[in-house]
Amino acid sequence: MKPPPFDYHRPASLGEALDALAEAGGHGKVLAGGQSLIPLLNMRLAAPGHLVDINRLTELDTIAADASGVRVGALARHAAVERSASAKAAQPLLAQALRLVAHPVIRNRGTVVGSLVHADPSAEMPAVLALLGGSVRLARRGAEREVAATDFFVGPLESALLPGELAVSAFFPALPGRSGTAFCEVARRHGDYAMAGVAAAVTLDEDFRIAAAKVACVSVGPVPVVVDVSQVCGTRPVASVDWDAVAGAVQDTIEPEDDIHATAEYRRHLTGVLVTRALREAAHDAAQDAARAAGEGQA
Amino acid sequence: MTTKLFGEPVQRREDERLITGRGRYLDDLGANALAAAFVRSPHAHARIREIDVSGALDVEGLVAIYTWEDLPGLLAEPLPLLIPHPALTHGRTGHALARDVVRHVGEPVVMVVAADRYLAEDACALIEVDYEILKPVVGVEEAAQAVNLVHEDVPGNIGAHLVQEVPSASGQSAREAIEAAPHTLAFRLDIERSASMPLEGKGVYARWDSDDQSLRVYSSTQTSTSVRMAIAAKLGLPLPKVEVIAPDVGGGFGVKIVHPWPEEVLVPWAARQLGREIKWTEDRREHFISSSHERAQVHYVRVGFDDAGRVLGLDVNILHDHGAYTPYGIIVPIITSTQLVGPYKLGAYRVEFSSIYTNTVQVTPYRGAGRPQAVFCMERTMDRIAAHLGLDRTEVRAANFIQPDEFPFDQGMTFQDGRPLIYDSGDYPESLRMLKEIIGWDSFPAMKAEAAAEGRIIGIGIGCYVEGTGVGPYEGGHVQITSDGRVHVSTGLTSQGQGHETVFAQIAATELGVPIEKVSVVTGDTRRFGYAVGTFASRAAVMSGNAIALACRKVREKALRVAADALEADPRDLEITDGVVHVAGAPSASIPLATVAVLSNPLRYSFDQETQRATQFASPAPADRPPVAEGEEPGMEGKDYYSPVRSTFASGMHAAIVETDPLTAEIRILRYAVVHDCGKLINPMIVEGQIHGGVGQGVGGALYEKMVYDEHGQLLNASFMDFLMPYATEVPRIETAHLETPSPLNPLGVKGAGEAGVIPVSAVIAAAIEDAEGITIDKMPISPPELWELRRSR
Repeated sequence: MKPPPFDYHRPASLGEALDALAEAGGHGKVLAGGQSLIPLLNMRLAAPGHLVDINRLTELDTIAADASGVRVGALARHAAVERSASAKAAQPLLAQALRLVAHPVIRNRGTVVGSLVHADPSAEMPAVLALLGGSVRLARRGAEREVAATDFFVGPLESALLPGELAVSAFFPALPGRSGTAFCEVARRHGDYAMAGVAAAVTLDEDFRIAAAKVACVSVGPVPVVVDVSQVCGTRPVASVDWDAVAGAVQDTIEPEDDIHATAEYRRHLTGVLVTRALREAAHDAAQDAARAAGEGQA
Repeated sequence: MTTKLFGEPVQRREDERLITGRGRYLDDLGANALAAAFVRSPHAHARIREIDVSGALDVEGLVAIYTWEDLPGLLAEPLPLLIPHPALTHGRTGHALARDVVRHVGEPVVMVVAADRYLAEDACALIEVDYEILKPVVGVEEAAQAVNLVHEDVPGNIGAHLVQEVPSASGQSAREAIEAAPHTLAFRLDIERSASMPLEGKGVYARWDSDDQSLRVYSSTQTSTSVRMAIAAKLGLPLPKVEVIAPDVGGGFGVKIVHPWPEEVLVPWAARQLGREIKWTEDRREHFISSSHERAQVHYVRVGFDDAGRVLGLDVNILHDHGAYTPYGIIVPIITSTQLVGPYKLGAYRVEFSSIYTNTVQVTPYRGAGRPQAVFCMERTMDRIAAHLGLDRTEVRAANFIQPDEFPFDQGMTFQDGRPLIYDSGDYPESLRMLKEIIGWDSFPAMKAEAAAEGRIIGIGIGCYVEGTGVGPYEGGHVQITSDGRVHVSTGLTSQGQGHETVFAQIAATELGVPIEKVSVVTGDTRRFGYAVGTFASRAAVMSGNAIALACRKVREKALRVAADALEADPRDLEITDGVVHVAGAPSASIPLATVAVLSNPLRYSFDQETQRATQFASPAPADRPPVAEGEEPGMEGKDYYSPVRSTFASGMHAAIVETDPLTAEIRILRYAVVHDCGKLINPMIVEGQIHGGVGQGVGGALYEKMVYDEHGQLLNASFMDFLMPYATEVPRIETAHLETPSPLNPLGVKGAGEAGVIPVSAVIAAAIEDAEGITIDKMPISPPELWELRRSR
C-alpha cells in the first residue's frame, strides 16, 4: 500500500499550478485534501505521473457568501464551510449536509470542491450542488469556464473536468425567501457513505402551501438523482400532501444497484422513506423561515 | 501509600506512554532497515506455471528477489502444524512461499527486498507470475459437496472429523434421549466470517550480527518464545543464538498467536543471507487476505426437552469452514463443541464436527475462539425451547443451570487443553438474578407495551456463557530486587495492550510489600525470560499472574531470611511495608529491601557506598561458613512457574434492549448489561475495560462485520472502508457488575477475562431483535437491509 512513482509539484501560485497541469497533460492529478486521492494512490488504483499539490495556494482558501449564495474556493476544508456562519446564513443546506460527511478528522482535511470533483454518487456534496443547481468554475492556462451541476456530474467518479483543468471554486446558490432545506440519510455506521440519502428543498407560497419542492438522492444512480416533485406535491398545505405518491414518484426515477452493503430494493425503499422525511423537515424549516420573515415584516 | 494493591482499580501504567505516541511498535523500529514486500496470489486456486522476475531487475534500490526455489532445507518444507490432533487426519499447511499451487487469494509467492517499501512494491508490480487457474472452492456447504477439491489429496475437503458423546446419567445416548423426549425441535444456525483485525498488523524486523553469529528478531507476536524456537529450527541456528522480542504490540486478538508466519522465517533468513537489517510491516490489505479469519460455521441442532424446558438430549452437527490451511489444528471447532454446553447440565449431549477446507484465508482463533458460535447455538436453543413451551426465557435457563453446590462439575468431555472439561466454580443462579435486576427483565413487558403505544419497536434478549480460561501448560515469572530497591519482574508471555505492566506490578507490589512505583515489568523478551507459551485463551493473568506471585513469595522468603540475619530477629516476626523489612510491632528494628538486596550478594568489588556493605572486609563474617551458604544463590531474585492441572472456568451473562426502526429497519442498542465472573479481580477497572472492548467486538460480529467472498474466492471488502468495524458511535454504554467466585485451582483464585466480553453478544442481539420483531433470527450478523428482507418475507 505505497503509491507508484510520480513527479510531485508544489506550485506557489494559481498560474504555476495551471502551468504544471498543462504540462502534465492527461497525466496530472490535483492534490487538495487528499482524502480520496491518497487511498487510491496507496492502493495503486490511480497512478498519475504528476501530482500537483495546491495546498500552498491560499488564494483558493475562500468562502464568500452573500444574498445570491455561497462561493467556496478549492482549498476551503469541509470543516471551515461547516462552521462558517455566513455560509450557513446564505445556504443552510451546506452545514446540514456537511455534518454527515465522514468524520471530523476527515472534514478537517477534505475539501468541498475536491469532493465535487471526485464525483462520488454516494457523497453528499455533489447532491447538494445538484439540488441547488449550482456550478463549478474550472480554470486552465489562459481560460476559465463555469459548468452547471447538471453538466458537471458525468458518471460515477467522473466529472466534466478536462485534463489540464483545475476546479478553482464552486457556487451554491441561495434559495428564495420562504424556503427550507434538509438532508436525511441512512448509513451502515456513523459517517459512512449512505446506503441512501436525500437532500430536499421546499419553498412555500404566501398561504403556506407548497410552491416548489425538489429532492436530490445519493447512492441510487451513477450521479446524484435530482427530482422536481412540485407537481406531485401540488399547491397544498404540507399536512395534506400525499407523501406516498411523492415517494413513489422519486422511487420510479432512481436506478439503485445491489452492492455488498445493501440491495437495490432496500435502497429504493429507503429512498422513499427518506424523501418523505427530508421534504417534511424542509417544509417545516420553510414554514419557520416564512414565519420569521413575516415577523420581521411586521416589526 | 498502600502496598495492598491486589483488587484495586489501579490506573493503567502503560497508557501515558501508549496514548501520547511514545509506544514503540514494530514499524517504529529499524528506521534504516531494508524493506520486504510480497507478490501474493491474485487467484483463490491456481497452479504456478512460471515466475518471471526479469521486469523487476532494473528497479532502483532492488536488493533481492526470492521464490520457493531459493529456499534451503527446512525453510522449503511446509510451515508447521502447531497443534496436531488424532481427529485431524488431513492437516495441511502452506509453504513460506508458494511451492506449486496457491489455495487462497493473498498467499505469498515471491519475496522482494529493496531499499524501501515503495521500491519493493514497485518491483513486486513488475514481477509476472503465470498461473493455470483451478476451480475455486468457496462456501462451507459447497465445499462439503466436494465437487472440487482444495487439496487434491484430501478427499471430501474434510480435514478433520470428530464426535464427542456424553450419555445421560441413565446411560441414554443423546439421540435416544431426543427420540424419547416429550418435545423436540430441529433447526439450523449460521455464523459469518470475521477476523481479529488488530489496528497494528503483523510485522517482523530482523538483525543478523555476523561477528557474533547471532540473530535478533522483533515480531509483533503473541508468543516470542515460540517464534524463537521456530526460527532457530527453520534456520538451523543454535537456540541461544536467536533472541526474539515482542515490542509494543497494537492488538493481537488471536491472529498473532499463529506462528511462524511466512514472514517470521523469511525476513530473518534473508537478513542473515544478505547480512542486512530487514523489516516487513504488514499493510491492511495484506492483513485481510493473508493472515487469518474465524467464526464461519453452520450448525444443525436437534434438541429434546421436557415440559419445564429441561434439555434431555442435544445433538449438534457442525460444518466448520477452515479456509485453506490448518496451522493451528482444530482448536476452534473443539472449543465450539465443548463450550456449547455453557452453564447447563444437559441430559445427554452429542456433538460432531467436520472441518472443511475452502479456498479462502485460513481459520485460526480470534478472541472468543469458537465460543461466540457455541453460545449462539446454545442460547438460540434455549430461546426456541421457551418459545415452544410459552415459558419465560430466563426460567428455561434457570431450569437447566448447574447449581452452586454441584462444583466441581464434570461435563464429560475433553477440552482444548487435552484435559477433562471439569468446571471448577461458579454461581449461575446468582449471576442471572443480578442481570435480571440490572436490565429490568421483569418490568420489560410494560416498557415494551409503552413503546408500542408510541409506534416504537423494542425487544430484550439474554445470553449466558462459560469460558474455559488459563489453559496450560505453564508460564513462569522472574523477580529480582536490585541494590537500589527496585523490583524487576519479567515473564515470557507477551502483551498486546492488556495492561500487564499494571496488573503484574500490582501482584508483585502486594506480594513483596513494596510501592508499585518501584516495580517494573517486562514481557515477551526472550533475553529476559526464555520459557513461555504465549498470550491467548484469556490466560495471562491466570498463568503469569500466579507464576509471578509464586516467584515473589520465593524472593520474599529469602529477603526475610537475609533481613532476619541482619536484624538478629526471627524471620517469622518480620513484615515488609513500603519496601522496608521490619519487626512486627517494632518499626525501629528495620532494614530497607535495597540493603537486604546488597547483603544478599557477597561482593569482592565495591562500586558505591551502598555496596561497600557487601564486601569482604566490611563486616566480620563467620569464618566457618562460605559467603554463599549451601543451597543459596547470590542476589535477591527468584523464579517460579505455574502449571495448572486444567483450565479454570469463568462465566457471565449479558442482556440487551434493542430498538428497530419500523420503516428503515435500522437496529439500535438502547441498553447493554453484563454480569461477569472471573473469580478474584486483580484490577476491576482493567477487567471492565476488557469487557468493553470485547462487547465492542461482539457488536461488530453481531451487526456489522463479515468477509464477503464472491464465487471466485475474491474477498470483496478487504479494506476498512467496506469491512465495517464498529466505531465508538456504534458501541452502546455498557453496564457492568462483577461477581467473584474464586477459582480453587490457583493460588490467586483468579480466572481469565480477556475474551469474555465478545462471547455472547451475537446470541444476545439476535434474541433481542427476535423479541422486538417476532421474527426468528438464526443467522448472524444481521444488517438493516437483511432485517427489512426478513420482514418482507414474514
